[in-house]
Amino acid sequence: MQNNTDFPLLFELSQPGRTGYSLPPLDVPETDMTEAFDSAYIRTEPAALPELSELQIIRHYTALSRRNYGVDSGFYPLGSCTMKYNPKINEDIIRMDGFSHVHPYQDPKTAQGALELMFDLQEQLKEITGMYDVSLQPAAGAHGEWAGLMMIRALHEKNGETQRTKVIVPDTAHGTNPASATVAGFEAVTVKSNEQGLVDLDDLRRLVGEDTAALMLTNPNTLGLFEKDILEMAEIVHEAGGKLYYDGANLNAIMGYTRPGDMGFDVVHLNLHKTFTGPHGGGGPGSGPVGVSEELAAFLPKPVVRKQDGIVILDEDRPESIGRVKPYYGNFGINVRAYTYIRTMGPEGLKRVSEYAVLNANYMMRRLSEVFELPYTQHCKHEFVLSGRKQKKLGVRTLDIAKRLLDFGYHPPTIYFPLNVEEALMIEPTETEAKETLDSFIDTMLEIAKDAEENPEIVQEAPYTTIVSRMDETTAARKPVLRYIPE
Amino acid sequence: MDFRYLPMTEQDKKDMLQTIGVKDTEALFADIPDAVRLKEPLQIKEPKSEGELKAELAALANQNVTMKTHASFLGAGVYDHYIPSIVDHVISRSEFYTAYTPYQPEISQGELQAIFEFQTMIAELTGMDVANSSMYDGGTALAEAATLSAGHTKKKKIIVSEAVHPESRQVIDSYCRGQHLEVVTIPHKDGVTDLEALQEAIDEETASVIVQYPNFFGQVEALADIRTILDTQSKAMMVVSSNPLALGFLTPPGNFGADIVVGDTQVFGIPAQFGGPHCGYFASSSKLMRKLPGRLVGQTKDEEGRRGFVLTLQAREQHIRRDKATSNICSNQALNALASSVAMSALGKQGLADMAYLNVQKAQYMKKQLEAHGLEVVFQHSFFNEIVIKVNGDIHTLQDHLVAQGFIGGYHLGRTDDRMKDHMLIAVTEQRTKEQIDTFVREVAAFHAK
Repeated sequence: MQNNTDFPLLFELSQPGRTGYSLPPLDVPETDMTEAFDSAYIRTEPAALPELSELQIIRHYTALSRRNYGVDSGFYPLGSCTMKYNPKINEDIIRMDGFSHVHPYQDPKTAQGALELMFDLQEQLKEITGMYDVSLQPAAGAHGEWAGLMMIRALHEKNGETQRTKVIVPDTAHGTNPASATVAGFEAVTVKSNEQGLVDLDDLRRLVGEDTAALMLTNPNTLGLFEKDILEMAEIVHEAGGKLYYDGANLNAIMGYTRPGDMGFDVVHLNLHKTFTGPHGGGGPGSGPVGVSEELAAFLPKPVVRKQDGIVILDEDRPESIGRVKPYYGNFGINVRAYTYIRTMGPEGLKRVSEYAVLNANYMMRRLSEVFELPYTQHCKHEFVLSGRKQKKLGVRTLDIAKRLLDFGYHPPTIYFPLNVEEALMIEPTETEAKETLDSFIDTMLEIAKDAEENPEIVQEAPYTTIVSRMDETTAARKPVLRYIPE
Repeated sequence: MDFRYLPMTEQDKKDMLQTIGVKDTEALFADIPDAVRLKEPLQIKEPKSEGELKAELAALANQNVTMKTHASFLGAGVYDHYIPSIVDHVISRSEFYTAYTPYQPEISQGELQAIFEFQTMIAELTGMDVANSSMYDGGTALAEAATLSAGHTKKKKIIVSEAVHPESRQVIDSYCRGQHLEVVTIPHKDGVTDLEALQEAIDEETASVIVQYPNFFGQVEALADIRTILDTQSKAMMVVSSNPLALGFLTPPGNFGADIVVGDTQVFGIPAQFGGPHCGYFASSSKLMRKLPGRLVGQTKDEEGRRGFVLTLQAREQHIRRDKATSNICSNQALNALASSVAMSALGKQGLADMAYLNVQKAQYMKKQLEAHGLEVVFQHSFFNEIVIKVNGDIHTLQDHLVAQGFIGGYHLGRTDDRMKDHMLIAVTEQRTKEQIDTFVREVAAFHAK
C-alpha cells in the first residue's frame, strides 16, 4: 500500500545480503547444534528483520527524527506533562561507564558509587516532598500510583479494615488515577469539583466513610489550581479513616513553597521525567519514586536502599513490604539524570523553578484570557485551562486550533482534558521558556482566534505545512494495521 | 546564583507581574495556606557548577566495577552484549528524546513510524501476530500478561513455573495480589518446568500458564509439550517470557501456539544501567489485540491519501477508559524501544541469527571447558547462553576472587533459593573471547578444587 510519496519503512528499504553490524568471528571450536538441540527447537526461518547498511540505517533514522518534534525543536506547552528543557549534562552523566555499564546483580560492594547516588537521591527527595521515607523502585508515574495504593491497602489490611475498598478521585483527575485504583483492587469513586474548579468539600464529606481507603489528589490539580482547602480535606479523609494520596504530576508548581508531607499527604509519587528533567523520550522511560509517611514506611516496595556503617546496602529483608514492583532497582538511568538536575539547581534553584513556572503560566493566562474563555479566574499555578467554547460557536473546534498551531511551529497544548472543561486547552509553559517565546505563542493564539472569527476555514482545514495532514484515525482503529506485512 | 536553565530576567519579571496585576510573585502563591507554607529553604545540597558536578559524579561513577573494566559472566536477565555505535547516535537526536508521547501525528511521524517498525520486528522475532509499543521491562510485562489472561478468561488462577526469573515471579505476585488473583508456583525438575506437576496443577480455573524460554537457568523449555498439556486439559492461555536474542536461534514461541509472548529487549542496544531502564515487549495473537496493555501504533492515511501512523485502539487505555481500563500503564519505554529497533536494524535478518549463534556456541564451549576442569554443570537440557554450576566453597569468596582477577562472576542462585547456596548461574555472550572464557574457567576450577 506504499505509494510514491510515502516515506519508506525500514522493511521497504531492505535488500538481501546487506548488514549494518560487525560481529567478532567465532573463536571457539564449533559444536554441532543438531546434536545439542532437538531440531524442533532450532529456528528454521530467520526473523524477517530489515537488511540495510549502516549509512542507510542512519539516514533512515535521521529522516525520522526530522519528522518529529521535541522540546529542543520548539515550544511544547503540553499541559500536565511538564515539557521543560532537558539539560545536556544529564545525558553526559548517565553515559559514564560507571553508571551505564553496571550490572544490577554485581556484589553491592563493587557498585557503591551507584548505590551512594541512589541513597542520596532518596534523601534529597525526602526533603523536597517532606516525606518520612522514599523508594526509587516504580518505573513511571502510573506505576508509582499503583505501588502507593498497594501500600495503603496493606496498611488497611494490617489494621483489619478490609472493608476499605473505595478510592476517591476528583472528576478532573488524570485517567491513570482511577485506572491505578482498579488495578490495585479498589473501586474508584468520583468526587465532584465546585465552581472554583476545586474539590467540592460537601461532596467529599458525603462520599467518605467506613469504606474509604484513600483520596487521590493532585495539588495543584489538573486545572492548575491550588486546592486551598487541603488541610480541611486532609481532616475529612483522615477522620473517616482514609489516607491521602498525592499525585506528584504537578510538583513543578510548589517546590520550596510547600511540601506534600506538610499538607498531610500519606503517600506521594513523583514523576522524575517531568519535574526533574527526565527526559520524556518520545513516551518514556520515566521514573516514579514513592514517598510515604512513617506509618506506611514498612510497606515500601523492596529492596530499599539503606546506609549502614558507611556502606550502602539493598535491604530485601522487609516482611511487611508490598513486595517487588519491578525487577532490579527502579529506572536508575532516569534517577541519575534527576539527581544531576537536583544537584545543579539546589534549594534556591528549585524554588525559582516553581516561582517562574507559576509566573509564566499566570502571564500567559492573563494575556490569553482577553480572547479565550477562562473558566476559572483565580491565579493559577504552573498551568491553566482555557475553553474554546467561544470559538466552537464560530465553527472552530479546539482540535482545529491545535492543528493550526502546528503551522506556526508549535506543539499544541493538551486538548480535551480535563474532562469537565468544554473544548479544553491545557497550557503549561514551564520555567525554562523565555518571555519572548511566550509572547510569540500568545500572539499566534490571538491571531488564530481572530481567524476563527473572520476566516474560520483557515483554522478548520489546518495544518498546511506539516509533512502529513490530518490522519484517518477512525479507519486506523476499525481495521487495525499494527505491523508491516510485505505485499 | 545564576541558573542556566532559567531565562527570566528582572525586567521580564517586572513586565509580567504588571500584566498579571500583582505586586510580586508571592501574590501568586497566596492561596497556599500559611500553615503548610515552607518557612525555611529546602535542606538539600547546594548547587554546583557544571564542571564541578561532572567531576564529582565522575568520581562516584569510577567507584563502580563495570562491564567495561571487568569481563562479565553475569546475566540472569541482564546481559553484556555489544551495542553498535549507531544506537547512541540515533537516540541522542533530541527530536526523539525530548519529545513526548506522539499525540499529534502530523509532527510525530518519526516516533510513530519508529514504534510501528519496532512492533513489526518484535512480532517477527516472536512469531506472534501483533506487538505493542513497549512496557516498562520484561518483569512487569510478564505480570501484565498474567493479569490480562485473568481478565480475558475470567479465571483467577495463574500457574507460574519456578524456572521463571525469581524477581519476575515476585512482580507477578505483587500484581496478582492487586487484582485478587491466585498464583500457583510449580517446581522445576532438573532445571526445567516439571510437566507432571503442571499437569496436576492445571484445571478449569486456570487463566494461564507462565513459562520462560530459555528459562532462568538458561534451559530450553519443551514448549511443544506444554502446549499439548494445555490443549488437552483446559482453555488456559500459554504465556511465554523470552529473551528476544535467543529467538534468533530458537524456534519462536509463536510457532508453538503461545498466546502471549513477553520479554525484555535490553539485549538489543540497551546498557545494563544498574537494572533500568530496560524495555519490555508484549506480543500476542491477534485475538487479544484489543486487550493489549500500553500504546499501539497503527498505519493509516492522511487526507491526501499519504501513508502515516497514529496511536490507535486507544479505547483500551486508561485516559479513555479510566477505572474500566485493564492496565494503568501510561508512559512506556519509547526511547529504549528505539534503541532496540536501531540495534535490530543493524543486525538485520542474518546478523541477529549470527549473533544468537555466537552466544549459543560460546556457551557450549564454556560448558565443555567447565566439565573438563572437573566442575559439575547441574542441568543437562539444551541451553542458550547460560548454565548452572555447583561450586565447592563459599560463593562470596569466589566472587571477590574473580573481581580481583578482572571478572564479574555469575549470579549466586542462593540469593533467592536456599537449596542452591553453592550454585552459580553463568552467562556467556558474543562479547566474551575464548581467552576470557578459558581464564575464567581456570580460576573457577582452581577455587573449586581447593
